[in-house]
Amino acid sequence: MTSLDMIHRSEAAVSVELQTPDMTLNIGPQHPSTHGVLRLVAKVDGERIQDVEPVIGYMHRGYEKLSEVRTYAQITALVNRIDWVSGFANEVPFIIGLEKLMGVEAPERAQWIRVILSELARISSHLVFMASYPLELGGTTPLMFALREREYILELIEEVTGGRFHPNFNRVGGVKPAYGGGSTTKKQSMDLPQGFFQRTSDAMDRMDTILDQLSELATGNEIIKMRTVDVGVIPGDKALEYGLTGPNLRASGVGYDLRKADPYLTYDQVEFDVPVGRDGDCYDRYMMRFLEIRESSKIVRQAIDKIPSGPLQAKVPRVLKAPAGQVYSRAENPKGEFGYFIVSEGGKMPYRLKIRSTSFSNLTILPWVLQGQLIPDLVAIMGSLDFVLGDVDR
Amino acid sequence: MEFFDGFWIQLVLKVAVGLLVILTGALVVIYAEVKIGGHMQTRIGPYYAGGRWGWAQPLADAAKFLQKEDLAPDGADRKVYGFAPYVVMMSALAVFAVIPMGPDLVGADLDVGVYFVLAISSISVLGVLMAGWSSGNKYSLIGGLRAAAQLIAYELPLVLAVVAVVIQASTMSLNGIVEAQNETLFTIGSFDVALPYIFRGQIVSFAIFMIAAVAELSRIPFDMPIAESELTMGYLTEYSGIRFTMFFLGEYASMIGLSAIAATMFLGGYSVPGLEGVSANLGGPIVLLLKVSVLVFVILWIRWTWPRLREDQLQHLAWRWLIPLALVNIAVIAVFKVAF
Repeated sequence: MTSLDMIHRSEAAVSVELQTPDMTLNIGPQHPSTHGVLRLVAKVDGERIQDVEPVIGYMHRGYEKLSEVRTYAQITALVNRIDWVSGFANEVPFIIGLEKLMGVEAPERAQWIRVILSELARISSHLVFMASYPLELGGTTPLMFALREREYILELIEEVTGGRFHPNFNRVGGVKPAYGGGSTTKKQSMDLPQGFFQRTSDAMDRMDTILDQLSELATGNEIIKMRTVDVGVIPGDKALEYGLTGPNLRASGVGYDLRKADPYLTYDQVEFDVPVGRDGDCYDRYMMRFLEIRESSKIVRQAIDKIPSGPLQAKVPRVLKAPAGQVYSRAENPKGEFGYFIVSEGGKMPYRLKIRSTSFSNLTILPWVLQGQLIPDLVAIMGSLDFVLGDVDR
Repeated sequence: MEFFDGFWIQLVLKVAVGLLVILTGALVVIYAEVKIGGHMQTRIGPYYAGGRWGWAQPLADAAKFLQKEDLAPDGADRKVYGFAPYVVMMSALAVFAVIPMGPDLVGADLDVGVYFVLAISSISVLGVLMAGWSSGNKYSLIGGLRAAAQLIAYELPLVLAVVAVVIQASTMSLNGIVEAQNETLFTIGSFDVALPYIFRGQIVSFAIFMIAAVAELSRIPFDMPIAESELTMGYLTEYSGIRFTMFFLGEYASMIGLSAIAATMFLGGYSVPGLEGVSANLGGPIVLLLKVSVLVFVILWIRWTWPRLREDQLQHLAWRWLIPLALVNIAVIAVFKVAF
C-alpha cells in the first residue's frame, strides 16, 4: 500500500497536507519574450516564482577579444552590433574615448551631428520598446504604430550614414557621410544630404503626433496600467546597488543622466529635462521612455538650430596609432550608461578593450526583482527593463 | 417528400448541413480576423492567396496544416492527447443544435435549451485541460490549469446573466426567448413595435454576458491560457497538424456559437418586426447572421485593441464586479417582472 492510498483511506485525510513540489520551469533560450536568447531557470510554485537564475552567454560573440586584433577604424564597425537597436549610440563613447586618447578633437559641426544622430538612435530604440512592451502584455497593435514611426527615423539615419542599423559613421576626429550624399561633386558630398534638417524637424513634429496616438492606445490604457502599476517595484537604493542606469534607474527616482552629470559632445549647450520617475514600477519605466522621446526630439530641434557650418573632419594622421595609455569613456545610451575602457600600448590596435554594456548591468537585478512574482509579471518586468541580448553577451 | 421525413435521414441532413455551414463560417471568421486585424494595424493583411484580397488565405492555411506531421511528444499521454481536440470541437459544434435560425429552423427545440447551451459550452474547458495535462509540457500544463481557473471566474457571471433573461422570458427554450422578444410591446399608429431584450432593461446582462463570453473563448483580454508572450502557446504548445487545426476551428466556431446565443437572447435572434410565417423562415438565418457578424466584429475589435489581463485580475473582475452586478441585475429584473 503506497502512502498516497493511506492518505485516501484514512479518516484524517482532510488534515493531511499534500506535498506540492516546486516545478522547475525553463524559460528560454527559445521563448517569445526573452528578447533573444536569454534563459531563465525558474523555480515556480504554481505560478509564483520562488527563485530565478538567468543563464546568459548564448549570444557571446567575443567582441572584446576580437577588438584586440582589429585596427581602431575597424572596431567602430564591431561596436555597432553590440546593442543593435541603437547602433549609432554605441559608437559615440568609443570614438570619444579614442579621440581623448589620441588627443584629437572633432570639429564642432561633427559633434552636433553626433548629438543629432545619438538622439535619433535613442528615439528609435525607445520606439522599439514602445512597440514590444505592449506586445509582451498581449496588445499587438501598438507594435505596428511604433515600428512604422521608427522606420521614418531609420530612414533619416540611413540617409546620412548609409546604414539603417549599423551606421559605422564615426571616424576619429569627425564623421564621414556616406558616399553620394548631398551633391555629385566631391567637395559638397562631404556634408550632410540636402534637406536633411528639414526632414528631421518634420519627423520630430510627426513624432509628437504619434506619441499622442500611442498614449491613447497604450499608455493611458486601463489594462496596461493594471498590468504595470506597482509591478516589479525597484526602489532607488536597490537600483543603485545593482548598477542600474538609464531609464531604469531614473524610473526609481534617481535623476542620474550622463548628459547632465558628465556632459560630453555638445550636450551642455542644449536645454532639456531629465524625466524622473517616482515608484520604480513597470509603469514608471514605461513612462520614462515615453517622456524621453519628447525630450530627445527637443534636443534634435535645438541642435538643428544651433549647428554651425564647417568641416566634418579634423586633421588626423593617415595611419591611426594611439599612444600608450588608457582611457575610460562613457555616454548616456538609450538603455543607460555605456562605457569603453581602452588600453593602448601604442600601435594600431588596442591592447585591451573592456566594454561596459548597459543591458548586462541592468539584467543583474532580475533574480532580486523576480523573486515572488507571478509568471505574467515576469514577462512584464523583463520587458520593462528593456535589455537587448546582444548587449548582454557582447 | 416521404424520403425526408425519416428520423435518421433528417438527422444526417441536419448534421451535414450544420457542419458545412459552421465550418465555413469559422473559416470566414478567420479570414475576417486576419483582414480586419490587418487594417486595424495599418497593414493590409493577406493579399495573394486566391488572387483577390487574399480570400483563399484560410483555405490555404487549412491545407498547410493538413500536410503537417501530427506530432506527439514522448512524454505525452497519447490517448488523452489525441482525444482532447475532439472534445473542444464537439462542444463548439453541439451548441448550434439548439440555436433557432427561424421559427421552424432549429436543430432541436429543447425546453431547457439555455441550460443545454451553458452545459455543453463549458465542456470545452475539459478538452483544454486534457490537452494541457497530457502534453507532457510544463507550459501546456500551466495553460490548461489557467483555463480551468478561468472557468471559475467567467462561468458564474455567464449563468447569472442568462438567468436574468430567463426570468424575463419565463422560459428556458431559446425559441421561446426569441418569441417573447417578438411580442408586440406597444403600437404606434398601426405599426406594432417589438423590442429585443437589450432595449428592454437587459443591457447590463448583455454586457456581462459578452465579457464572460470573451473569457470563455480565451480571447484577448482574457487569453491567459494561451498567452503567447508568457507560455509560448499555452495548452496548444505541442499540437500540430490536424489536431491544432481542430482547436483553431473550434475556437472560431465557438466564437460564432456564443455570438449566436447572445444574439438570440439579447438581440432578438432571427426575428425582425414585420417578418412572419414563411418569410421569417427564409429571412431568419440572414437576420441572425447579420446580428452574429456584429457581435463577432466586436470580439475581433477587442482583440486587436487591448492587452491581456492577469489571471488573478480576471478573478478580481469577475468576483468583485461582475457577479455582484449580475445578482443586483437579477433582483431588479425580477422585481420589474413581478411588479409589471
